[in-house]
Amino acid sequence: MAGAGGGNSDVQWCFSQVKGAIDDDVAEADIISTVEFNHSGELLATGDKGGRVVIFQQEPESKDQPQCRGEYNVYSTFQSHEPEFDYLKSLEIEEKINKIRWLPQKNAAQFLLSTNDKTIKLWKISERDKRPEGYNLKEEDGRYRDPNTVTTLRVPVFRPMDLMVEASPRRVFANAHTYHINSISVNSDCETYLSADDLRINLWHLEITDRSFNIVDIKPANMEELTEVITAAEFHPNQCNTFVYSSSKGTIRLCDMRASALCDKHAKMFEEPEDPNNRSFFSEIISSISDVKFSHSGRYMMTRDYLSVKIWDLNMETRPVETYQVHEYLRSKLCSLYENDCIFDKFECCWNGNDSVVMTGSYNNFFRMFDRGYRQDVTLEASRENSKPRSVLKPRKVSTGGKRKKDEISVDSLDFNKKILHTAWHPLDNIIAVATTNNLYIFQEKLN
Amino acid sequence: MITTMECAVDAQSLISISLMKIHNSRTQRGGIKLHKNLLVSYVLRNARQVYIKEKYAEIYRMQQYEEVMTVCNEIQELNPLDLDAEDADNEEQARAACCGEEMSLCDPACHKGAAQSAAHVRTASTLLGCSPFEDGSKAAEPSDYRSCCMEASPVSHFDQFSADNNRHCNKTTVLDLDTHVVTTVENGYLHQDCCCNPPQCGQEAQSPGKKRKVEFGCCISDMEEISDFTAARKRAKREDCSYSNPDYTDTSNISNLISIFGSGFSGLLSRQADLEQICSKQALASLGAWTRAIVAF
Repeated sequence: MAGAGGGNSDVQWCFSQVKGAIDDDVAEADIISTVEFNHSGELLATGDKGGRVVIFQQEPESKDQPQCRGEYNVYSTFQSHEPEFDYLKSLEIEEKINKIRWLPQKNAAQFLLSTNDKTIKLWKISERDKRPEGYNLKEEDGRYRDPNTVTTLRVPVFRPMDLMVEASPRRVFANAHTYHINSISVNSDCETYLSADDLRINLWHLEITDRSFNIVDIKPANMEELTEVITAAEFHPNQCNTFVYSSSKGTIRLCDMRASALCDKHAKMFEEPEDPNNRSFFSEIISSISDVKFSHSGRYMMTRDYLSVKIWDLNMETRPVETYQVHEYLRSKLCSLYENDCIFDKFECCWNGNDSVVMTGSYNNFFRMFDRGYRQDVTLEASRENSKPRSVLKPRKVSTGGKRKKDEISVDSLDFNKKILHTAWHPLDNIIAVATTNNLYIFQEKLN
Repeated sequence: MITTMECAVDAQSLISISLMKIHNSRTQRGGIKLHKNLLVSYVLRNARQVYIKEKYAEIYRMQQYEEVMTVCNEIQELNPLDLDAEDADNEEQARAACCGEEMSLCDPACHKGAAQSAAHVRTASTLLGCSPFEDGSKAAEPSDYRSCCMEASPVSHFDQFSADNNRHCNKTTVLDLDTHVVTTVENGYLHQDCCCNPPQCGQEAQSPGKKRKVEFGCCISDMEEISDFTAARKRAKREDCSYSNPDYTDTSNISNLISIFGSGFSGLLSRQADLEQICSKQALASLGAWTRAIVAF
């Protein structure tokens, strides 16, 4: 009743941490633009509009407090992208980080891909906890010694030092996209990845930066005949030949790279017919898919459009198997949401570790969880008021009818400037990261 | 089908808002967002559909009203025939410089009243019977591609509105989108004014018969576009005109805006099979300019 998650209807969510500035005056560079756990869940990366990446690391569980999972503390911060200027087109290229994707870990170092509108970068994050000491020709501070003063020789040795986390760009994948990159996705083969912009999808090899293969191109010969754009793309989690991409028309196409070099012809197309009763000026906008995510199992995929979350079975193209309304009460407000541009907000969605619960964000710093098994849903809020350590989150409710009950909030009181676009779920545990405009909230399941 | 319960007034404001969004997107940091502009063009198309439907319904109602009034007036009138002949001449000359639909939207306001049923019948037939708009393939007459925009002083257009002064109402301003020349047709006399600077970028020379490439594309300076757009917007928002039928001015402004700036990617239009859609496709510019503006990065 109190919560939904992990396939158990008794899960309650508690506040764990909040990262970011407290004051209400939000600097634009601090606006969080992407959130992603790595494959073990030990690391949590965020990207912001200022082109920075901040990585948090989970502390090991302490023996003193077995009830509490480790906290996330800053592990590394670096400037991933800088603003650029395209002189040929007289256009500024924003440094905003659109997506971060972790590579599966192969050695001691961690690797992630980060992208802005035009350029993807592969970053290596490595630890240094020892350094060589005892050089013959160098002083400890690095200055060179006068060779005449060297009277003995010694072998330098490694001595422990304070942990230093270094982030270095190992590859820069540039100049492959004319339009704005919206997605990157690492293949399960761990050697290739795709990047998608509005009209094209390119396939890269992680080692090769000077060329990529175009695998999808939906640009029409005459741009005036353009009717849809690519909004998101993702590789299948297990099948390295399969990927999907969603469109602004509400369709999802699944492609098989074995069929041909250019995957313009889809293998499957997932589309739900529009309900003619719901037709409005804004039908096209609200049917545009803002995010697509495969389930961990690879059997299902989830799409997010403006008002709903849909779960699709890859074996059935005609309609989704489940549809969850995120904030149906906004359907009558679409005109105002169009005027203030909120209708263009791109909400993301995510699965929990065992694909039993899905989560997505909404307005007023609300976020929603839908338990697929128990058919329950809950609305929670990320706010500083509920940020006492380990305080349980109380479910919130938006009143849609005339009579507003106590503790309910009316639709007109919702703050549309407070939106949760980015959420992430720990791959194994019930830990979630929820990004408000410039703060990152971490909530954990209440353990007894 | 979008229900026409959403009345034309909402459609008009949506059109204005959408055009403003498209305009603002050109100066946003990071370049034009193709996805957002595509979605806005869908709203523009939807609003236009509703607006035009309402417009046609209105014209049809006006037409019927006029016919009834004409019959009544012919019964009561003393000397209707002289005024008819003169106005018919002026009507023809004015129409020579305007394309059918826009003029029909401008003129009803000034030709409303006695003895104008003939004009309206011609207008209606022009409206419904215009030839298909082919993209670049037909050598149409020079006048086909002219769009009627509101003149600078609509007050003068209407302030002498009376049955005796119908001849002075035949003042129409025409913007030739190929040569960017503004032409004012006044009582059958042409005045040519310069509207904006000739195109600077290297678009190939446009014969009037070719598909119109509105020169708002990649090469025109922003100032020019902003001034054109702002001027049109100001005309659209003008509320100080003392004419008798403000609705027509507003709606004609909107329709002019639509015709000047286009309504969306023509791929969006290709699905429509209705007659009114065909007419609107003919009457409205192709989105050459906006598409090029949007994708010019």
